[in-house]
Amino acid sequence: MYDLRTAAPWKYFFRRWKGVFIGGIIIFLVIIFSYIKNSAVTEAVLASAVRQSTPLILGALCGLLGERAAVINIGIEGQMLLAAFVGFLFNVWTGNLFLAVLAGVGMGALLGLLLAFMSVTLKIDQIIGGTVINIIAIGLTGYFYKVGMTTKGKLQPIPLGPLAKIPIIGTVLFNNPPITYAAIVLVFLVHYILFHTRWGLRTRAVGEHPRAADTLGINVYFMRYMNVIAGGAIAGLGGVFLTLEAVGSFERVMTNGRGFVALAVMIFGKWTPLGSWGAALLFGLTSAIQTQLQFGGKVNIPHQFIGMLPYLLTIVVLAGLGGRARPPAADGIPYEKE
Amino acid sequence: MNETFALEVKNITKRFPGVLANDRVDFNLRKGEIHALLGENGAGKSTLMNVIYGLYTPDDGEIFINNQKVEIHNPHDAIHAGIGMVHQHFMLVPVFTVVENIILGSEITKRTYLDLNTASKKVKQLSHDYGLVVDPDAVVEDLPVGIQQRVEIVKALFRDAKILVLDEPTAVLTPQEVEDLFVVMRNLTERGVSIVFITHKLKEVLEIADRITVMRRGKVVGTTTPSETSEAKLAEMMVGREVLLQVEKAPAIPGDVVIKVSDLVIKDERDLVVVKDVSFDIRAGEILGVAGVQGNGQTELVETLTGLRQAESGTITINGTIMPFQNPRVMIEAGIAHIPEDRMKHGLVLPYSVADNLVLCTYYRPPFARGIERNIRSVYDNSERLIEQFDIRTPSPLVSAGTLSGGNQQKVIVARELSRENHLLIANQPTRGLDVGSIEYIHKRLIEMRDSGIAVLLVSAELDEIKSLADRIIVMYQGNIVATVDADKISRSELGLLMAGSQVANIPSLN
Ligand SMILES: Nc1ncnc2c1ncn2[C@@H]1O[C@H](COP(=O)(O)OP(=O)(O)OP(=O)(O)O)[C@@H](O)[C@H]1O
Ligand SMILES: [Mg+2]
Repeated sequence: MYDLRTAAPWKYFFRRWKGVFIGGIIIFLVIIFSYIKNSAVTEAVLASAVRQSTPLILGALCGLLGERAAVINIGIEGQMLLAAFVGFLFNVWTGNLFLAVLAGVGMGALLGLLLAFMSVTLKIDQIIGGTVINIIAIGLTGYFYKVGMTTKGKLQPIPLGPLAKIPIIGTVLFNNPPITYAAIVLVFLVHYILFHTRWGLRTRAVGEHPRAADTLGINVYFMRYMNVIAGGAIAGLGGVFLTLEAVGSFERVMTNGRGFVALAVMIFGKWTPLGSWGAALLFGLTSAIQTQLQFGGKVNIPHQFIGMLPYLLTIVVLAGLGGRARPPAADGIPYEKE
Repeated sequence: MNETFALEVKNITKRFPGVLANDRVDFNLRKGEIHALLGENGAGKSTLMNVIYGLYTPDDGEIFINNQKVEIHNPHDAIHAGIGMVHQHFMLVPVFTVVENIILGSEITKRTYLDLNTASKKVKQLSHDYGLVVDPDAVVEDLPVGIQQRVEIVKALFRDAKILVLDEPTAVLTPQEVEDLFVVMRNLTERGVSIVFITHKLKEVLEIADRITVMRRGKVVGTTTPSETSEAKLAEMMVGREVLLQVEKAPAIPGDVVIKVSDLVIKDERDLVVVKDVSFDIRAGEILGVAGVQGNGQTELVETLTGLRQAESGTITINGTIMPFQNPRVMIEAGIAHIPEDRMKHGLVLPYSVADNLVLCTYYRPPFARGIERNIRSVYDNSERLIEQFDIRTPSPLVSAGTLSGGNQQKVIVARELSRENHLLIANQPTRGLDVGSIEYIHKRLIEMRDSGIAVLLVSAELDEIKSLADRIIVMYQGNIVATVDADKISRSELGLLMAGSQVANIPSLN
């Protein structure tokens, strides 16, 4: 490992992501093949894959920002749910989609602040802190939601000029509604911040060895607060994606476990934004294929089994292809001074 | 006119629950001097330095830099005031590269972009200037401790430290690395850096210090210079009584073979063979010393003997029975006591109380348990007895082991291991980081163990320790036993040569 890591970074990189590379090539070939056979369905499935992956990658970015700073966030589900609801309410009241998105993002950030307060300041067990958020979200949304609230519209796709006309890629990547674009931009933004800025270096230090960071004058508590709050805001965006972009209305517990799947996506992506994006796309793809199989009506497998497909695949992939991943060393441990 | 001190502290007092760690301490550091700080384990040396570095908030006292009073509330203030510290336990992020560790907190950026290239150049320049060779792109966890320490020093210099605190820098270094460090330290003082040097090794103090301050139980006992003092005098100042620096022992009376190791081959995590066909035996009532520079297979050998690691081939026979590999409890019950090399990782459960740590190998047996129920009373009584007997400095048996000073943590392990019924004691660097009083005590105990008919395997990188305690010595070099000699037939320097890889044929007294 030693010589690999120092002598040839790209070789090391390939070693580390070998399974992903090979899997990626296989998927790519399958897509080409299926496009030749039936272009319309293939495009539809791929476009759906990208949209299905959006809340997952947003949730995963939230999770990894927290964990890179050593705060485990299992409250992503709750953050998304409450943000989805608040965004929806704002849309009902104001009819202004932009304001509604902002409100949802703000709600996510607020829940991030709550999680940070519980785990960084009060040093409550982080699993309990996250569970509290999930319970709060289910309780509040369940209590205040009334059937029959309607909204005026949802976020619409914005084709990106000539880019949108490229075959496959155009429809799949460049003809999406704003939050889907935002998610892709955020993947690269978070990657840049985490690995190429001062903020990222400090964040990772705080997650690996907070005392070392402390001895260098870095404010461990501040770093953790800010990352968890930023993560909450991103999870909030994932939440409003559901109500303001994908569906256009709210349903009880509509996040439907996406916050937890996002955590799996984050782990499969080895706590990196790009890796998580790959994992989210894979999960989105299997979800899209599952939908296609169910409604295409060509196969005779009970829908319950087809519904399991994305989850089964995630388990197989997590256990097999991913290889060993190492979480940040201080992950989940509150920091004590003195 | 008053002298200008690089650093001066007055009246520093720091209390921890149940301990007065610093009691009205006064201390000063002249410009460009090396000021050694000595003291027993738990005397409060690290505490004082942590106060100066802003990690601990003192209950009372003042700090002056160049005779100007400064307020230091956190490490940021300390760095700003030109103070750099190399901690007793390194403060490096293992998965970061050297340059990432060095710039952390004082990053160089182009707009927002982290400019590692410029930083690497600056690091290379610094290492060149001060003779501290480090590869900026190496990952820290792959580096040996000696190099990690250089990284720590470069880290301080990168921040323009004018005052450098080195907290027990030599405890983990090989003799050669210590010499290199001293060259660097002299180099630094010539460039106007002032150094506080904490150590337990009196020889080193006399060799390199300009002045020496001794602490005992939170108070400063006095300040002296190497020319006015001697090892014996320093030891007495530290401990408050006369200390035997030489071990007294009668010739060994070896009995039956207790452990026989045959053709052991061991691989490490990277799948490299690190112990090659090693065979030896130890008899009851003798001490076998394993000499060698760290990293020549001793760690893996000890791990295999204590049941922590699988061997590729070979056998271990204890009192005539062939032992299974990788079963620590069987080894413990066969009567092996183990003082591990890394006390924090393998010796103690730091968050547990001292009392619980004292029964880690026996908690499931009477009198400490009845059936499935623990007998807390007897665990407590046992701890009180051992704390008294082994002079462990702790406010109570119920505080967590992690709050004890390094030396007292070591005593907890020694007390636990020596208080059981044993046939074989494996001691790996048993006195690392201990003060002279505790070393004297542990050495005496090891000899007593031997005289009571226990076989002892002593692994140590300290030539003096091996020379004075062992009856027979095996020297390990690159996984092989390169020599097996009687301790009184070899000199210190010859032993040093063998450890560095010389052939037995080149050593006249062994032919
Ligand atoms: N964080 C802490 N909490 C409680 N007690 C502490 C803490 N740190 C140190 N102490 C206590 O303060 C005293 C002084 O400890 P300190 O670490 O300063 O000793 P030291 O002189 O550096 O010893 P050593 O040579 O063993 O490193 C000890 O009795 C120790 O138990
Ligand atoms: Mg200390």
